[in-house]
Amino acid sequence: MDRQKIRNIVEQLQQATRDRPPIRLMEVCGTHTVSLFRSGIKSLLPAAVRLISGPGCPVCVTSQGYIDAACELSTRPGVSICTYGDMVRVPGRSESLADHRGAGAQVKVVYSARDALQFAREHADRQVVFLAVGFETTTPSTAATILAADRAGVENFFVLPAHKLVVPAMTALLSSGEVPIDGFLCPGHVSVVLGCGAYRPIAEKYHKPCVVAGFEPMQMLEGIARLVRQVAEGQALVENVYPIAVSEDGNPKAREIMDRVFEPGAATWRAMGTIPESGSILRAPYRRFDAAERLDVTIGPDYEPAGCQCGQVIQGKADPADCPLFAKACTPTRPVGPCMVSSEGSCAAHYKYARHT
Amino acid sequence: MAHGGGGELTRQLVRDRIVPKLANPLLVPLTDGAVVDFAGRRVCMTTDAYVVQPLVFPGGDIGRLAVCGTVNDLAVMGAVPNALSLALVIEEGLPMSTLDLVIDSIAAAAGEANVVIATGDTKVVERRGEDGLTITTAGIGRMRDDVRLAVNRIAPGDVVLITGTIAEHGLAVMSARESLAFETSLRSDVAALNGLIAAMLDSGADVKFLRDPTRGGLAGVLADLVDDTALSLEVIESAIPIKPIALHAAEMLGLDPLTVANEGKCVVVVAAGDADRVLQACRRHPLGASAAAIGRFVRADPPLVELITRAGGRRIVQRPYGEELPRIC
Repeated sequence: MDRQKIRNIVEQLQQATRDRPPIRLMEVCGTHTVSLFRSGIKSLLPAAVRLISGPGCPVCVTSQGYIDAACELSTRPGVSICTYGDMVRVPGRSESLADHRGAGAQVKVVYSARDALQFAREHADRQVVFLAVGFETTTPSTAATILAADRAGVENFFVLPAHKLVVPAMTALLSSGEVPIDGFLCPGHVSVVLGCGAYRPIAEKYHKPCVVAGFEPMQMLEGIARLVRQVAEGQALVENVYPIAVSEDGNPKAREIMDRVFEPGAATWRAMGTIPESGSILRAPYRRFDAAERLDVTIGPDYEPAGCQCGQVIQGKADPADCPLFAKACTPTRPVGPCMVSSEGSCAAHYKYARHT
Repeated sequence: MAHGGGGELTRQLVRDRIVPKLANPLLVPLTDGAVVDFAGRRVCMTTDAYVVQPLVFPGGDIGRLAVCGTVNDLAVMGAVPNALSLALVIEEGLPMSTLDLVIDSIAAAAGEANVVIATGDTKVVERRGEDGLTITTAGIGRMRDDVRLAVNRIAPGDVVLITGTIAEHGLAVMSARESLAFETSLRSDVAALNGLIAAMLDSGADVKFLRDPTRGGLAGVLADLVDDTALSLEVIESAIPIKPIALHAAEMLGLDPLTVANEGKCVVVVAAGDADRVLQACRRHPLGASAAAIGRFVRADPPLVELITRAGGRRIVQRPYGEELPRIC
């Protein structure tokens, strides 16, 4: 790593922001949040560059009603839950999936939807439900798995769909006008699928600069520097400092698979309410895989655990340290809300990597 | 499950549920082994249960792990490992070929570490899980009289060393898990460290502390050191030896390599003036060729492990809370 180059950019940032009101940049993606802390880049930025975490941690944006529904489902005889690991410890109304597992429920951690399908094929006597969360990074793989299950005629595999779309959440935040945002550091992995063209409406309609960056310290810093330059010059362009992985058009094949199985529809986000066209809903030919329909699961309304400010944190309305529970009643060993559970959660990143005494 | 990850939750489980009921002066220090007085001779004893999936992974297997892990627990206490016990709990259905491989591996590792398997027990039980073999080993060794390992001797200015590249064991095991399988040339670093540790102690340097950073990784040991000394630690990320392939694998999985398990490395604390002597002794040994000084103790409040990152920034390092899981996206 070229430390001198990093020092130079930091100096340029200091000069560019001297005597300026703070520039508020939202990093949309949870992996950026973690990488900015872990690499120490966050500690190098001038105070006038304010990074705020956005709604980009898949576990954190999942509504509390969904968590409760998954917990309820796990207690039914004959049902096995397959899920990404971070979902297991999110507290539900009374307990988490991990607690239910301890009490005898079958909750299996998988690393992909395909593993869940494989598990279903090996356990024909169980009804296997995959908790389908995440953004355009995980949705294509859920879609491909449903297509595979359909082709193979697997009858005991279901998904409880909660996939979400990144751009509608960004626009919802901007339209609400409640959070001042000067520009977006756009997610690396999601953009591999979407392409940077996806952010043009945000740049054009809302006049907010968008820069796509990968996760190397140098790249994140370069992305931030480009955003600051655009803000200073009053520009609102889409730029890409991650060209090795992200193209203008992204991965049309992945999107095609996603579109074959899912269609855009309303989705409930934690604390942000229902946002139109922000979720992925199963298309009619694949509804037989929908656990909500087939197993009669009711996903109740969203709510916040008492005192928890995760909902504010994921919208950039509060810093983790603003939450009265942070590092006191809520820690990674005893989390109250999802932002402290998930390895990509903003609260967990603050707790693990920043001083907080 | 997170209670078994070797992090903060494991610490709480042991401290709150187990120690209070069994407390005695031998157990309470909660170090890697206990030092017992036998007719005027100080003997170190230790025990460990080994569960790993898959049973065979790149660079090793559960048998090699069960010998090396226990030998290392003795060696970091300042003991010369002498003999091990071996208890096998075999689940019905374990292929005989796997059992043969594991026992061959135990014999080879015991030979390398110059210890004998002095006694043992074998049980066969009904099939419980996917990979059916659990191994428990206990070990004894004679305490060296010429070393004074004690965390309370650590002082500001003392230097922290690591005897080689980190994170290889945990990543190699993950690469072999069916659900995560990824192609890599990474191999577990599982090795008996008694030879390397003897070389360091024989150098005449004033070694104050030794610990093998297994579950919980380097981060776990550094966090323990800060808790136990009430001093702060300043660690230089770029000085921590790590193979590029391990760095990239950890990045791909979203894991902090500092929190990933090692099975053939040792964290060493020495007085600053002795650091070079220990490093040279290490580097002459095949298991210590990439040993490096990675940080030093400072007086700072509150006591924290602070990492100066490769990018030149700063962040703190904490004990991982429990099981570290690969990221979703």
